[in-house]
Amino acid sequence: MDNYVIEMKNIKKSYYGTTVLHDISLKLKSGEIVGLVGENGAGKSTLMNILFGDEVISSTGGYEGEILIDGKLATIKSSFDALNLGIGMVHQEFSLIPGFTTTENILFNREPTRGSLVSNVFGERLNTLDRKRMNDIATEAIDKVGVKIDKDMLVSSMPVGHKQFTEIAREISKDNLKVLILDEPTAVLTEKEATTMLSSIKSLASRGIAIIFISHRLNEILDICNRVVVIRDGFVVKDSDIKEITVEEITKQMIGREVGDRKKSSRNVSNKNVIMSIKNLYVDMAGENVKNLSLDIYDGEILGIGGLAGQGKLGIPNGIMGLYDAEGEVIYKNEKIDITSPMNTLSKDIAFVSEDRRGVGLLLDESLEWNISFLTMQVKNKFLKKLLKFISFRNKDEIKSVTDHYIDALNIKCTSSKQKARELSGGNQQKVCLAKAFAMQPKFLFVSEPTRGIDVGAKALVLDALKVYNEQHNTTIVMISSEIEELRQICDRIAIVSDGKIAGICDATESVEKFGALMIGAKV
Amino acid sequence: MKFNLKKFLADNSVPIMFIIICIICIPLSGFSTSYLLNEIVTRIVRNAFLILSLLIPIMAGMGLNFGMTLGAMAGEIALIFTSDWQIWGIPGVVLAMILSIPISILLGTLCGNLLNKSRGREMITSYIISFFINGIYQLVVLYMMGPIIPIIHQSIKLPRGYGIRNTVSLLNLRQSIDNLISINILGVKVPVVSFLIIIALCLFIVWFTKTKLGQDMRAVGQNMEVARAAGINVERTRVLSIIMSTVLAGFGMILYLQNMGNIATYSSHSQIGMFCIAALLVGGATVDKASIGNVFLGVILFHLMFIVAPKAGTVITGDSMIGEYFRVFISYGVITLALVMYEAKKHKKKKMAEGDDNEKQ
Repeated sequence: MDNYVIEMKNIKKSYYGTTVLHDISLKLKSGEIVGLVGENGAGKSTLMNILFGDEVISSTGGYEGEILIDGKLATIKSSFDALNLGIGMVHQEFSLIPGFTTTENILFNREPTRGSLVSNVFGERLNTLDRKRMNDIATEAIDKVGVKIDKDMLVSSMPVGHKQFTEIAREISKDNLKVLILDEPTAVLTEKEATTMLSSIKSLASRGIAIIFISHRLNEILDICNRVVVIRDGFVVKDSDIKEITVEEITKQMIGREVGDRKKSSRNVSNKNVIMSIKNLYVDMAGENVKNLSLDIYDGEILGIGGLAGQGKLGIPNGIMGLYDAEGEVIYKNEKIDITSPMNTLSKDIAFVSEDRRGVGLLLDESLEWNISFLTMQVKNKFLKKLLKFISFRNKDEIKSVTDHYIDALNIKCTSSKQKARELSGGNQQKVCLAKAFAMQPKFLFVSEPTRGIDVGAKALVLDALKVYNEQHNTTIVMISSEIEELRQICDRIAIVSDGKIAGICDATESVEKFGALMIGAKV
Repeated sequence: MKFNLKKFLADNSVPIMFIIICIICIPLSGFSTSYLLNEIVTRIVRNAFLILSLLIPIMAGMGLNFGMTLGAMAGEIALIFTSDWQIWGIPGVVLAMILSIPISILLGTLCGNLLNKSRGREMITSYIISFFINGIYQLVVLYMMGPIIPIIHQSIKLPRGYGIRNTVSLLNLRQSIDNLISINILGVKVPVVSFLIIIALCLFIVWFTKTKLGQDMRAVGQNMEVARAAGINVERTRVLSIIMSTVLAGFGMILYLQNMGNIATYSSHSQIGMFCIAALLVGGATVDKASIGNVFLGVILFHLMFIVAPKAGTVITGDSMIGEYFRVFISYGVITLALVMYEAKKHKKKKMAEGDDNEKQ
């Protein structure tokens, strides 16, 4: 007779008509550690948000399917429901109060208090905190986690690892904890801290807590989990005992659809003229640091840059375009370019479509005309009428005709070229970003995550637009994307970034397994 | 740990600047030590309670609360009633305090709820709210007191028969608390009871930070989202902090006016918020961090400058107007500087903090 602490049965979830989870079932026994793996966007986070009662879920129409806790049907509508049912979660983003000590954070809003005369009159919130008991409970929780952290240290002065342990200690200190969800707990830790973390997770499981462990580091999964569950495109594609599976198999399940070989590229980029050469690039972009990266880009090719989130692929264009502090040598057409300010790079006809389209890419409250033309106006002094040589006016007719041309060419769905960028859908906003870059008529284009957060139809259009532009204008394109499939569709070569460096460059026709292996890097 | 002089200077630049101004001005002004000490003691008694009322909203992350002006108005209305009823002395002060509580709570609730709707811009919003409520205050005091709200005593009514005079004399109430027990130490008159009241408020604030509500306010002040996720009612906590501040400001205003001995009906409250906030900043507080120590250092430095600067200006230039001009000019200049430096520091910190967070993803 199997007694499951938690059972999720046939969970379905869609956002605005897009189904993210199709049919997910997951069971955990007490004391069991289950590794949950999947590519970015496979549905892991959504599943965990459902389990933890995140607001996002209830505000978008809830979920379908059943969740059973200790065999009893449970309804989880808010994170308080989840907490009451004994589900704890350590999120990727820290939820700690910076000016509080470890103890205060562990017992945050669950502080033991002492009543007094005043609180009898004015209510419980005027109870005084029982510092001694707080210290006792916190010390006990820290001991259970099995690490040495100072209970009186302020969170703001802690190293990252300690913050992570504090969060875990907070969950442990809850008496009714049955299931603990850990979302990439080791991602920010040093090697040594990660080892401590893993052994403390094991010891927690031995106390009878069921643990769902999400990680991109597959060796960690193999190391501590009892079972591994692979999710892909909203389905559970593999649920296997850890002893019966290998890293290669997991990788294949994570990435591989029907691993079809891509058709050999119809054209061969035979002229291997290096148009841009990046040497020893360092970029200080928090979470996407580039460390000593070197890369040659050939004239006229589409180069894909892939890799897992946080490995530094986004840092490359942001650093070269001068948006983040960067060091290193970038030689473009045999000329060294200064990468400290965006204007320097832009003036060399190098354009960039940012991954942060609503923040960096668009002027949300301005018309499409403005959005598409302002960069070109700024950088190339185009679309301007001169009056008396030194006063320039915008040339409205020219701007309108260019905007209409791109609305047409990229099939941007809008009411008119005067519509505000904010009112467009995500996919169409992305097309406006592309149009903005195209209007500059760049010789070299960085495109960062062009398909993030847009639906399948729009995705195909965007990819197609890039490919066509590359062919028609012989523009070199460097496309950064987390989706390896998408890179394989349009790129000539694909470079995989791991830990801020190029792990390898392959022809786009290489097998998916090969890219998968490169992504996980030398850690396997 | 090595003492970092540069950091110490940078963190305390505003108080240090004021100390330097005072050191230069004191000998120039030619005032005697006992005169200055007497003046400073008077100013502490007069202002400290009001400035202390600002501490709780700062703890709750609502910044420097100009909403304390509302409390001051409540205190004034209460005092107008007690003088109309001719209740003087200590009973008058106590009754006025009791009367001010419901008015303060009403105004504080209004202000707190409005500030919840303008998160992140509490300081400017509360400043404008104080102007708005000032309009309502004038309507009540100038037109409604008499015909609607019964005012009997002719001495406080305008000659036309309704509305309150520009000045309401509190002569029979003047310094009734200050003079209750007062001792003379080396020629300096020390009002013991007033000091005891201020010390009691300090103890209350210290105790309050140790309560659950105080802890919740600190949490809300530092990170509203985390506090909300942990189940704290963020909005209510913020409103409570403003209500407490308003009630305390009402008490503070009554103590202030009993020391002054008269109410300037239409102007007493209008500058009190500005002066209290200025004094707190001079004491080294910032928009998100203020301590009891800041309050006392601020009162002493700010008012010392107020006393000596005009005289020093007169001595240097021979023109008393220029001295007056200088003290206003310098004090507001320093406040502006304090606020700008705070923003710059916060911006830098935020940038670093963002770096930390992103590393996690």
